[in-house]
Amino acid sequence: MTDQSGAPGRSDSARRSSADADPEVGPDAELRPDGGTDSTPKASFGLYEGEFGPGEVPPEYEVDERVEEHRTTAQRIVATLRRDRLALAGAVIVITFLFLAVFAPYVAPHGPEETFGFMQGPLSESTGDFDGDGAMETTTHYLGTDSFGHDILTRIIYGARVSMLVALATVAVAFSIGTTLGIVAGFYGGWVDSVIMRYVDFQWAFPEIILGVAIIAMMGGLGVVNVVLAIGIAFIDDFARIIRGEVLSIREEEYVTAARAVGMGDIRIMFKEMLPNAVAPLIVQATLMLPLAILAEASLSFLGLGVKPTTPTWGLLIADGRQFISQAPWISVMPGLAIMVVVLAFNTLGDGLRDAFDIDQTEVE
Amino acid sequence: MWRYIVKRVGHALFVMWLVATTVFFGLRAIPGGPVRTMLGQEATPEAVASLRAELGLDRPLSVQYLDFMTDLFTLEFGRSITSGEQVGAIVAEAAPKTFAIAAVGVALGLAIAIPAGVIGATRRNEPADYAATIGAFLGISMPAFFVGILLAIVFGVYLDWLPIVGYTPLSEGVRPWFESVLLPAIAVGLPYAAGVTRMMRSSLIETLNEGYMRTALAKGVGSQVRLYKHAMQNALIPVVTVAGIQLALVLGGSVTVELVFSIQGLGRVLVNSILERNYPVTQIAILLISGVFVFMNLLVDIAYTAIDPRIRVGGESA
Repeated sequence: MTDQSGAPGRSDSARRSSADADPEVGPDAELRPDGGTDSTPKASFGLYEGEFGPGEVPPEYEVDERVEEHRTTAQRIVATLRRDRLALAGAVIVITFLFLAVFAPYVAPHGPEETFGFMQGPLSESTGDFDGDGAMETTTHYLGTDSFGHDILTRIIYGARVSMLVALATVAVAFSIGTTLGIVAGFYGGWVDSVIMRYVDFQWAFPEIILGVAIIAMMGGLGVVNVVLAIGIAFIDDFARIIRGEVLSIREEEYVTAARAVGMGDIRIMFKEMLPNAVAPLIVQATLMLPLAILAEASLSFLGLGVKPTTPTWGLLIADGRQFISQAPWISVMPGLAIMVVVLAFNTLGDGLRDAFDIDQTEVE
Repeated sequence: MWRYIVKRVGHALFVMWLVATTVFFGLRAIPGGPVRTMLGQEATPEAVASLRAELGLDRPLSVQYLDFMTDLFTLEFGRSITSGEQVGAIVAEAAPKTFAIAAVGVALGLAIAIPAGVIGATRRNEPADYAATIGAFLGISMPAFFVGILLAIVFGVYLDWLPIVGYTPLSEGVRPWFESVLLPAIAVGLPYAAGVTRMMRSSLIETLNEGYMRTALAKGVGSQVRLYKHAMQNALIPVVTVAGIQLALVLGGSVTVELVFSIQGLGRVLVNSILERNYPVTQIAILLISGVFVFMNLLVDIAYTAIDPRIRVGGESA
């Protein structure tokens, strides 16, 4: 099944984000000017022996400014966004939605429970005394109203709160548990590694949604915490695999030996010395995981297994409109488009970051 | 090769045992146990005790566990708490619907993805390639149930070509059956196709740049033979991997898509049993869906032996 990557070509990368492996594979991939992992010391000679074949430029000729100029993680992200327009567009959209989510009560045109006429189409208008000053006003429902008469735009903005919050919390849970497991597995090796990675392989074999649904069943209740835990636990395997791979590759670095020599404890070495040096692929993975978390949350709430059935979330809004697709298709379509736009934005941003850090997904083995 | 297959089958059985054990203990680890969840917090201790006795939950855990495992082997799954129906009968009725959606979905997905990936790789940076790439990017950004809703609106409501509610069994004719599963199958198949297309494209591009492709060209091998014999055979290996792993997407998608099209498949049974706190059904449904997934992955692993001679000849090559 999934163990020990039995079959050739069966790499982590194969899983999801990687199905989209960079289109620019091919011989020129090594020459990407922005590439380069300056976290690995480019200056140590001998590292290159046999690394380049005929027709490829030997590294000493393509080193250029990378060696002199060390850039921090933040600087690289900024540089990527400057160069990669798609990633920038993704970042702008993501930030916009985050802004909407945080300031929902101020930016939403109406209250989430305020009701108007049922199933009014997009761009329809309602007239009434909405602010209670005795005078009549007219308001436009840009995305229409749903079967209860809620303004859909308002509900989507409030829905962004839950969806973004759950996605962020989920990735945080997956990140902390997965990273801890992976770093411990890679650091200690031996049977600790075997046990942890056996488990990770086992979980890796499972559809996230099924796993999430199963965890919710086991926790026996709905609610934000349960949803976050369910999706978060379902996602730990990817983080564990990536960080383990990184730890294996830096375990023998001199600074680790040095840390040991000055008497640092294992935990400090793992989290203070090694983790910061392995954080770039984790950031990329987190960015690529956020859209998956949004999709997973939407699926769970669509099924009625998400946070409370009264809280507007995107999945729930789609589910609410399901029965009315013949009379009022916009009820389901609008929140669906919101999901699509956010997920697309996260994906372009994540792809851009992956290129920026030049993370070759096949390395993560 | 046989050793490899036996090893894979053994591993699949081990995984299933692990799933069964996890589900067994997981469902019983809830504070108060499943009975407390079923009856609610305000149930009297007597009611809890009697239901526990009725379900056999008052026995030692080890006895329950052995019983559970024996029942699994003898396919004796117990009764649903809400309807009293045999759990075996419930899942037996639901399973073919899910399998039909998944199978047609995978077939459609591959029928779209492989040619789209090949076109993308062989006509790089031409309009056809851009179309395939953008389509694939959209495909990975939409949840299957939303694709399903869009399909239902377009083909069910506006065009009125296909039914959007329920499932027609195969026994009532191939055509009605196919019509009833087509839209759900497309809904789970498109996101699946998106992932496979991207892998097919990048894998084939990589293979086309290999030295042996140049050798074949120099030898004077025709372009079709080069593409379909020399390149595809190697390019397909990672594609099979992704196609196998992404079956998870199809099964997960079908759970939500069944709701869109009001089909009482395994996904509906699972979700309803959770909402009704009907744990005998929950545990079997989880086991069955996992079992299907493990089995399909086993098939993928065996498929490797067919396309990758290195495994056929050398046993396990990892």
